[in-house]
Amino acid sequence: MNKLINDPSTVVSDALRGIAAVHPDLHVDHENRVVRRADAPVRGKVGLVSGGGSGHEPLHAGFVGPGMLDAACAGEIFTSPVPDQMVAATKAVDGGAGVLHIVKNYTGDVMNFEMAAELAEAETGVSVVSVVTDDDVAVQDSLYTAGRRGVGVTVLVEKIAGAAAEEGRPLAEVADVARKVNGNGRSMGLALTSCTVPAAGKPTFDLPDGQMEVGIGIHGEPGRRRVPTAPAAEIAEMLVQPILADLDFTGGDGVIAFVNGMGATPLIELYVMYQEIAALLSKAGVSIARSLVGPYITSLDMAGCSVTLVRADDEILRLWDAPVQTPALRWGR
Amino acid sequence: MTHSVDAAAVTAWLREFARLVAENKGLLTELDSAIGDADHGTNMDRGMTAVLAALDGEAGKSPAALLKRTGMTLVSTVGGASGPLYGTAFLRMAAAAGDADGLDAGSFAKVLRAGLDGVVARGKAEVGDKTMVDALTPAVDALDAALAGGQPLGEALPAAVRAAEQGREATIPLVARKGRASYLGERSAGHQDPGATSVTMLVAAAAKALGA
Repeated sequence: MNKLINDPSTVVSDALRGIAAVHPDLHVDHENRVVRRADAPVRGKVGLVSGGGSGHEPLHAGFVGPGMLDAACAGEIFTSPVPDQMVAATKAVDGGAGVLHIVKNYTGDVMNFEMAAELAEAETGVSVVSVVTDDDVAVQDSLYTAGRRGVGVTVLVEKIAGAAAEEGRPLAEVADVARKVNGNGRSMGLALTSCTVPAAGKPTFDLPDGQMEVGIGIHGEPGRRRVPTAPAAEIAEMLVQPILADLDFTGGDGVIAFVNGMGATPLIELYVMYQEIAALLSKAGVSIARSLVGPYITSLDMAGCSVTLVRADDEILRLWDAPVQTPALRWGR
Repeated sequence: MTHSVDAAAVTAWLREFARLVAENKGLLTELDSAIGDADHGTNMDRGMTAVLAALDGEAGKSPAALLKRTGMTLVSTVGGASGPLYGTAFLRMAAAAGDADGLDAGSFAKVLRAGLDGVVARGKAEVGDKTMVDALTPAVDALDAALAGGQPLGEALPAAVRAAEQGREATIPLVARKGRASYLGERSAGHQDPGATSVTMLVAAAAKALGA
């Protein structure tokens, strides 16, 4: 394991000190491992809280700021944060209009956020609504699994619901917008290498040269199947076809197309992938209204990418275009 | 009344569980890396280390107080799915223990079953899903059966350990239906479940600390 760390057990707290040093407009509560807008709580605005295991940077702390999240809770690497952290974040960002929890559908995240919402409501009376993202089409038979994983769409839900909250809309409406984006979003991912969790010290799974994992999540968990490596054009097919087979993306106002790097894939490869994906979508009659390319929801040092499509309407596009000012997404102001 | 499970015995149980988790931290993480996300050992070890520190300030408290403190500490320090599952188990055990200074064998079995019910309620898993429930359920059943058959706790607990071990081994061929392993589908078969492994240590720790 070759990593820029001091000690596996201090990676998360050392990184949070870094975030605090780089971004004076964020406040870092080191005891609770909560990163929040320095100006939170914003009076009368619905507070947005998300969080999850660390190792997915810039998700979630990189999306804290005006127009997106009010706070993010950082768990240990790939481990859900604990309820105490989420309760602290919820209290810190409640501006009187309630708090939305954005939760990725992973067993640990769901259970810890569930306990946190109960505790926060019982302790302070703040209204909490949770929206669970579950966009991963690699999870086929959700009757026999924990349900579809929440992956790439989470970034888009945070941005778009964040814009709705910034408009001063009430909690129920912000939650509806979040659910609409999730319901219209589908993702599929692929790994060219495993990642290495610092505490484990070696790659999570063993991937021989010339093989790749199709249908991975974001925690180094192996995918649905292993296949020989292929040119980008074929990989694009493997990612796009299951998405298009799952939901009709034609018509309407087009899609937001998000090509995400898993952490160790350079942008040049993501651009190669984007043009293949754009060609496939064009052939399928799907028009791209907006796009986002880069490493936004990563899996430590895993190489590979994921594709997320969100079927957009006028409201989704307007909220997507709204100003945002966070460490990792920044436009319009 | 024989084999009263008092505060000292509960403390010994928790210390032995912490020791087993620490000793097998690598094994738990290795099992988890095959079908999960490679953190079960480090997470449980972090939690039980915190529990040991918390217990230092709780000497002489009732079994329920110790179990509650353990549950809350695990919820607050473990994270992932194991935190809420183990945390809920201990909180339910605390509630079932009431305010007694000591538990007889039958009461202890009820306490353990309350923990199992808590895990089932929180995780919505059943036997066969390839989770900690697969080892804990047969263990609790075996404990009840042995006590009903007139065996003392010192013999009933080893029977519970054997049942837990069998349940743990039985997870190997299963296809996971809960947790992150479920995303692997058929590829999860052939691997021992890490949760079933750690909960077997919990039962083994009870046999060692309470069975004498």
